[in-house]
Amino acid sequence: MSTDDKLVYKRIKSITFGIMGPKFLKDMASAKVVTPELYDKEGYPVDGGLMDVRMGVIDPGLKCKSCGHKLKECPGHFGYIELARPIVHIKFTKEILDLMRCTCKSCGRILIPQDKIKKNLGILEDVGQELGLSARRKKVSEIIAGLKTINKCPHCKEKQLKISLDKPTTFIEDVRRVSPIEIRTRLERVNDDDLEVFGMNPKAVRPEWMILTILPIPPVTMRPSITLESGERSEDDLTHKLGDIVRINQRLFENINAGAPEIIIEDLWDLLQYHVTTFFDNEISQIPPARHRSGEPLKTLTARIKSKEGRIRHNLAGKRTNFSARTVISPDPKLNINEVGVPFVIAMKLSVPERVTEWNMKFLKTFLENGPDKYPGANYIIRPDGKRKKITDETKEQLLEELQPGFTVERHLCDGDISLFNRQPSLHRMSMMCHRVRVLPGLTLRLNPAVCAPYNADFDGDEMNLHIPQTEEARAEAEVLMEVQTQLISPRYGLSIIGCNQDAICGNYLLTKDMTVPREEAIDLMASVGIEEFSSLPNKAQVTGKEIFSAMLPDDYNFDGNSKSMPPDHPDHIVKIRKGKLLSGVMDKSTLGEGSGLLLRNIHKRYGRDEMVEILGRIYRLGNEVLLKYGFTTRLSDADLSSDATIQIDAIIDDSYVHVQKLIEQFKNGTLELLPGRLISETLELRILERLNKARNDTGQIVADTSDQTSNTMAMVKSGARGNLINLAQIAACVGQQALRGGRIGKGYNGRTLSCFRKNDLGPEARGFIKNGFKKGLRPHEMFFMAMTGRDSLMDTALRTPKSGYLYRRLANALQDFKVEYDFTVRDASGKIVQFAYGEDGIDVSKSEGGKINVKQIINSIE
Amino acid sequence: MAAKKEKINHFLVPEHSKLNDKEKKELMEKFHLTTKELPKIALTDAAIQHLDPKEKDVIKIIRKSSTAETTIFYRGVVNE
Repeated sequence: MSTDDKLVYKRIKSITFGIMGPKFLKDMASAKVVTPELYDKEGYPVDGGLMDVRMGVIDPGLKCKSCGHKLKECPGHFGYIELARPIVHIKFTKEILDLMRCTCKSCGRILIPQDKIKKNLGILEDVGQELGLSARRKKVSEIIAGLKTINKCPHCKEKQLKISLDKPTTFIEDVRRVSPIEIRTRLERVNDDDLEVFGMNPKAVRPEWMILTILPIPPVTMRPSITLESGERSEDDLTHKLGDIVRINQRLFENINAGAPEIIIEDLWDLLQYHVTTFFDNEISQIPPARHRSGEPLKTLTARIKSKEGRIRHNLAGKRTNFSARTVISPDPKLNINEVGVPFVIAMKLSVPERVTEWNMKFLKTFLENGPDKYPGANYIIRPDGKRKKITDETKEQLLEELQPGFTVERHLCDGDISLFNRQPSLHRMSMMCHRVRVLPGLTLRLNPAVCAPYNADFDGDEMNLHIPQTEEARAEAEVLMEVQTQLISPRYGLSIIGCNQDAICGNYLLTKDMTVPREEAIDLMASVGIEEFSSLPNKAQVTGKEIFSAMLPDDYNFDGNSKSMPPDHPDHIVKIRKGKLLSGVMDKSTLGEGSGLLLRNIHKRYGRDEMVEILGRIYRLGNEVLLKYGFTTRLSDADLSSDATIQIDAIIDDSYVHVQKLIEQFKNGTLELLPGRLISETLELRILERLNKARNDTGQIVADTSDQTSNTMAMVKSGARGNLINLAQIAACVGQQALRGGRIGKGYNGRTLSCFRKNDLGPEARGFIKNGFKKGLRPHEMFFMAMTGRDSLMDTALRTPKSGYLYRRLANALQDFKVEYDFTVRDASGKIVQFAYGEDGIDVSKSEGGKINVKQIINSIE
Repeated sequence: MAAKKEKINHFLVPEHSKLNDKEKKELMEKFHLTTKELPKIALTDAAIQHLDPKEKDVIKIIRKSSTAETTIFYRGVVNE
């Protein structure tokens, strides 16, 4: 089937914006509205009424009289009414006022002499270009005001009167009201050449068109009526308003024809003006808004377009999708890394369209039989003619009969279906990845904690979105381009962003360090990880942790690296894997961690992405299972210090106090040695800070050296799973100096921080040094200092996050269309060169290891 | 004409040199460049005054780089 020959190829050359004149409106319209009635006794739209079928249809079964199409096919057609008297268009009052002021009341010429028009045209063009047309018109009136012959037309010498606008729609000349008829005749007199001075294109905009004589009636399709449950019809706000207009217009016609007194006509005219004005905009400040009988203001044309709930920001710029879900997330380490757990309630609402064929008909019928309320069921079927039918208990039997190849069944979500999973803010491409569905009980979306890192998610109440692609193409695209496997290596730093964290690192650390377990337990562990083939485990009664870990790796895998957690002279410092056996080395953050795991990066390179998720999933679960099976907890006594250490720590702090006192003395004597570029007071502060930090670090070192190296807390710290030595030192020994704005705490009272200190006390205690540890407890003033810095850092993060987020967004937007071309140059959208080699070294980071290419390793692997 | 300007000798100012016509042509062909697409440097830039630059000259800059140790960059002289 060729549609090509039916296509007409056209290119838009220009677009003109203008005002529709009465003739245009009449030509455009397909119906003239003459009666405010809507329907006749049979409920059929009245000819010449506001719901006339020539303006489109909104009832199923009816056909449009203008185009012959049915509901949804007919786009709708405009109608018109002839206004009995001209009406000022509320949206053009400013323009009308400008034109009236700048043109002659009798001859209609612009109030600038011919020679001066030419002289000023250039200036006007510039103003128009830069500041817009309203600024241009303002400039015109400024030029007129600057003329000598004020109040006199330079062309016909007619005296000009002052014209003002009595808002919203009444024009007053001197003291007399100018009727719209008169305004219109004046505007008609303005000639085309003068219009161009105002920046108006006379072909598109004739000023008299700003006074309405014909009012277009929008198509029925944009103001559909709703049938209530009671069978009553409820009309759209616009129809209501138009009804008012038509009714008053008819009355005005009748009164004029009957020769009614001028006062009555004027009153009706004003009323018509009011109705037409509120039809365009019901939020004009000077007039009361038109209301429903319930007192609620009508939503008319302007309200439909503007503001946040308007057409533009809500419908056009708003991005909402069907077939999506959003709830709170929670972790489930038993899920695969590329899976997402979906609650039943969601799985029964979201659906996947599946085409019925001979081969899957039986299978799809089982879904149909279950209906919408029993999982796994189906919600709709779509017939080949596009008709969508809801499956209910009543229609089920009939639809089952009807079903045949060519139909589409919208079945419930099933395990293995493709979905897109996303967390805002979507800062990089890993913020939206494709996961396989796994339908689970519960009410939250579940994800493997290993993928928290790319989403930057945690479980303190985070919500995430789930989308279900509805076409084969979309699914294929999601699978090929966005599945978790494809996103393992970060394009930012070339390492795996998805890796082990927390428990998984800690468990593997303990396992590979010095664990030995009975063979049964080892098999238990492997089974719970998901391995059912135990032949790779050595046939011994006691199995080491390294041997269990080796079972996770492929048989032909070789790797060399370092364990950061072991001292350099320890044999386990070197990670050595030969033929899939871990010979030496301990697993820690530097081999398995997210964003640092070199072992993971290496596996990815060697075996590819699919194998890597598989292996990573196993390793991750193994770590968790080890902790589950053997237990893991931290305790208060992990932070215990020997009496020896306590004495040492006290001595260090006392020493530093003495030293600081000495510094203060020197400062007072003036013998303190100045630091370059600093005041004496600054020098003192820096020296004291330096000394106190040294004291804190020294205590930290003692804590690290003397505390129990085999404790669980130390295991966490060493493996890099969580916490660091500073945390431990702060608990056990000394919290250290509290800093505010880069220095010691100094503000508060005059000359002191708290009222319990002497004025001008510069000692450590009085300026926020906390010598106690958390376990021993803080003194009241220490607690107060802690609270000060704690509050300050909370404020700081709360204020900084949005700011840096915005900076990042601007940067990302500025760089988004840069592209590496085939000649390896980086260019922007217009082909301009930004860099001659990407990153100056031309390395594709996502294909490197941590931004570098290990040439030695490549050579080794070839040999 | 004023005396020839001295070359700026400062560790933050990288090495600037002017391409001759042949080198220029080769560069333009290698990257399929037009002068418009080349990054710009002002005729009045202090770092190239000693080269006696003219409009449409191409300046070669050899810089230190944190990723590639040294890197070569080209800029077209413009008078703006």
